[in-house]
Amino acid sequence: MIKANRRNRPNNVVGLQKERTGIAGFDEITGGGLPAGQPTLICGSAGAGKTLFAMEFLVRGAMLHNEPGVFVSFEETDEELATNVSSLGFDLKQLIADKKLVLDYVFIERSEIEETGEYDLEGLFLRLGHAIDEIGAKRIVLDTLEALFSALPNEAIIRAELRRLFRWLKEKGVTAVITCERGEGTLTRYGLEEYVADCVILLDNRVQNQISTRRLRIVKYRGTAHGTNEYPFFIDENGFSVLPITSISLDHKAPTQRVSTGNTRLDNMLGGRGFYRASSILVSGTAGTGKSTIAAHFVDAACGRGERALYFAFEESQDQIIRNMRSIGIDLEKYVKKGVLKFQNARPSNFGLEVHLALIHKMIADFEPQIVVVDPITNFLAIGDDIQTKAMLTRLIDFLKLRQITAMFTSLTGSSSEIEDSEVGVSSLMDVWLLVKNIESNGERNRGLYVLKARGIAHSNQVREFLLTDHGIELIDAYVGSEGVLMGSARASQEARERAGTVAREQARQRQQRELQRKQELYESQLLALKHQFEADRDAILRELEEDQSRESVEATQRLEMARLRHADIAVQVEENGARRKSRKGTVR
Amino acid sequence: MKSTPTKKARASKNGRSPQSDGSKPARWNLRLYVAGQTPRSITAFQNLKNICEEYLKGQYHIEVVDLMQNPTLARGDQIVAVPTLVRKLPQPIRKIIGDLSNTERVLVGLDIQPR
Repeated sequence: MIKANRRNRPNNVVGLQKERTGIAGFDEITGGGLPAGQPTLICGSAGAGKTLFAMEFLVRGAMLHNEPGVFVSFEETDEELATNVSSLGFDLKQLIADKKLVLDYVFIERSEIEETGEYDLEGLFLRLGHAIDEIGAKRIVLDTLEALFSALPNEAIIRAELRRLFRWLKEKGVTAVITCERGEGTLTRYGLEEYVADCVILLDNRVQNQISTRRLRIVKYRGTAHGTNEYPFFIDENGFSVLPITSISLDHKAPTQRVSTGNTRLDNMLGGRGFYRASSILVSGTAGTGKSTIAAHFVDAACGRGERALYFAFEESQDQIIRNMRSIGIDLEKYVKKGVLKFQNARPSNFGLEVHLALIHKMIADFEPQIVVVDPITNFLAIGDDIQTKAMLTRLIDFLKLRQITAMFTSLTGSSSEIEDSEVGVSSLMDVWLLVKNIESNGERNRGLYVLKARGIAHSNQVREFLLTDHGIELIDAYVGSEGVLMGSARASQEARERAGTVAREQARQRQQRELQRKQELYESQLLALKHQFEADRDAILRELEEDQSRESVEATQRLEMARLRHADIAVQVEENGARRKSRKGTVR
Repeated sequence: MKSTPTKKARASKNGRSPQSDGSKPARWNLRLYVAGQTPRSITAFQNLKNICEEYLKGQYHIEVVDLMQNPTLARGDQIVAVPTLVRKLPQPIRKIIGDLSNTERVLVGLDIQPR
C-alpha cells in the first residue's frame, strides 16, 4: 500500500493536490485521498453509506489532520446526526465544542413555501460561508444537496445556483463532499454529476444469495490515476473501511528463507527444510483426512518459533479446534494465551465474499501475522460461484504474498469428484500442494500423503502413509511391493511377515552355531579319548619291554652264575654275549 | 431574533419600516430576509410595502434582515433563498420566496386571500 502511494506521488506533485480522508483504505485506492479544494460527488442509493462516508471524512479530518469541517445536512437534524454516528465512536458534540466541526441543518418545508418572482440561493451561500469562516473550515459536506430540488419549485433557478455554488466552493478552497441519491440508470437523480466533473464516487449495496455486500467504485477522478475496480467496503464499529484488495502487479518478492511444516518427515519430503516463506500452500483432501491437523502442526511450529499466526476457521469454533488438536498432542491454547495465535471464527454465510476478504485484510493488518491459515476455502463456494470465489482467493493470495505471509489453505474435496481436482480450481495459484487421500483397500481406509507440487523445491514423489497419533502426525514410508503400495494393516502384516522371516533366519543361524559348537566338543572329546588310549597302550608296551629286559638280564645273570658254578668256558661265553653285556652294563650290574 | 435593533434602526432611518400604530402590537408581523442592497432586495421590499399598505394598512410590522451583515440569522428561520418573506404572525409561519412581484401569489401565500 505504501508502495502504491509512492508510485502515485509524482502524480500529486505534477497535478492534483490531494486531501487525505483518513478513511481506512480509501486514501490507498485514490492515491492520496480526495482532490483538495475541489468538490467530490458521492452517489448511491438509500442506505449505501453516503452520509457515513461524508461524516467520517469530516471527523477524521478534524481529528487526524486538524482540519475543521462543516456538515450541512438537508435530511437529518443535528441531534439525529450526532446520535447516528455516536455508535461509531464519533463524539460530534466534543468536536463542535472544540470548534472543529459545525453542523448546520438546512430544512425547507415545501408546504410552507410560496414562490413569487425571482430569487437566488444567496441565503444558503451566506450560511455556508458563515459556517466555514466561523471555524476556518477546510472541509465541507453537503449531505443530499438534491433535497433542494424537492424543496424549491423552480428547477432552473436551482440548477443555475448549484453551478454557482460549486464555483463558489472552489473559490473558497474547501474540499467538498456532496452526497446524492442514485437515479434510475443515472448516477444521480437530478444529474448533479454534470456540475461536479472532477471526482465521482459510487457507493453500492448489492444483495446476492441473500448476502449483502457494500462496494465502492471511483467512477471518475480527473487528473489522477486511480483504481477502477469495485472495492468492497464495510461499516463496523470503527467506521468505514475500504479495502484495496486487487493486487496491483505480480511483483512481490520471493524470499529464499524456509519455514518448517512442523513435521520433520514432511520437511524431508520438501527438500528437508519445509516450505518457502511467503509461499501459499494448499492442503486438499476428502473429509476427515487430517487437513486441519496439518494446519495445526504448521501453526504450532510457527508459534513455537515465536512467530505470529492467524487462523481463519470457517467450520469450527476456537474451543473445538483447541480441544481436537489437544487430543493429538498439540497445545494451541498456550499460544492463544500468549497472544501469538489468533482465531477468527465465522460462518461463511455471515457475509458476502468481498466482506470476508475485507475482514481478512483488516484482521491481517491489525494482527500482523507471519502465518495465516484459512480453513477451509471450499466453504466460500457456499456464498459465491466458482469464478467469484477464485477471484477472491486470487486477491487474497496476492495480498498475502505482498505482505510476505506464509499461508496455508485447506480445501475439502468431495468424495465423488476427481480427487486431484481441487474444487475451487485455485491449485494453479498455489506454490505447494499437499494432497491427503483416503486409500481404501482390504476393507479399511488409510491416509496417504502426497506432495503433488512444490514450486522451487526438490520434493519427494512418493506417497507416505499418514497417521494421526497422540503426539501428532506421523509419516511412515508406505510399503511398496509386488502388490503395489501397502498401507495400514496390510503394511503391518507385511512388516510382521518380514519380522517373522528375520527371526527364523536368526534362529537357523543360532542353530548352526550350536551344531558347530557341539561338533567341536565331540571331536575334542574323541581326541582326548584316543590320546588316553595311546598313552595306555604305550605304557603297556613299555612295561612289557622292561619286563622282557629284566627277565633277560636275570637269565643272563643266572647263566653266568650257572657257568661259574659249572666252571664252564666263561671266556667264550663272555665273548659271545659281549655286545649285550656292554650296552646293559649299568642295568646288569 | 427579536433583538435586531440595528436592522430596525437602519430600516426606520430609511423610512422603510412603516408601522401603522406604534402603541398597539401589529397583527401581522412580517420579516423580510435579503442579502445586501441588491436591486432584487429593493424590489422585494417595495412590493411588500405596497401590498401591505394596500391590504393590511395599520395592522402590520415589517422587519428587514440583511443576511450579509447577520449571516447567523439565516439559521433560525431556515433561510436558503433570498429574498424570503417570513410571516411570523399570525401563526403558522409561512414563507414566500422571490421578489414578491406577483401580488396574487403573495396574497395567497400570506393567507390574505383564500387559495
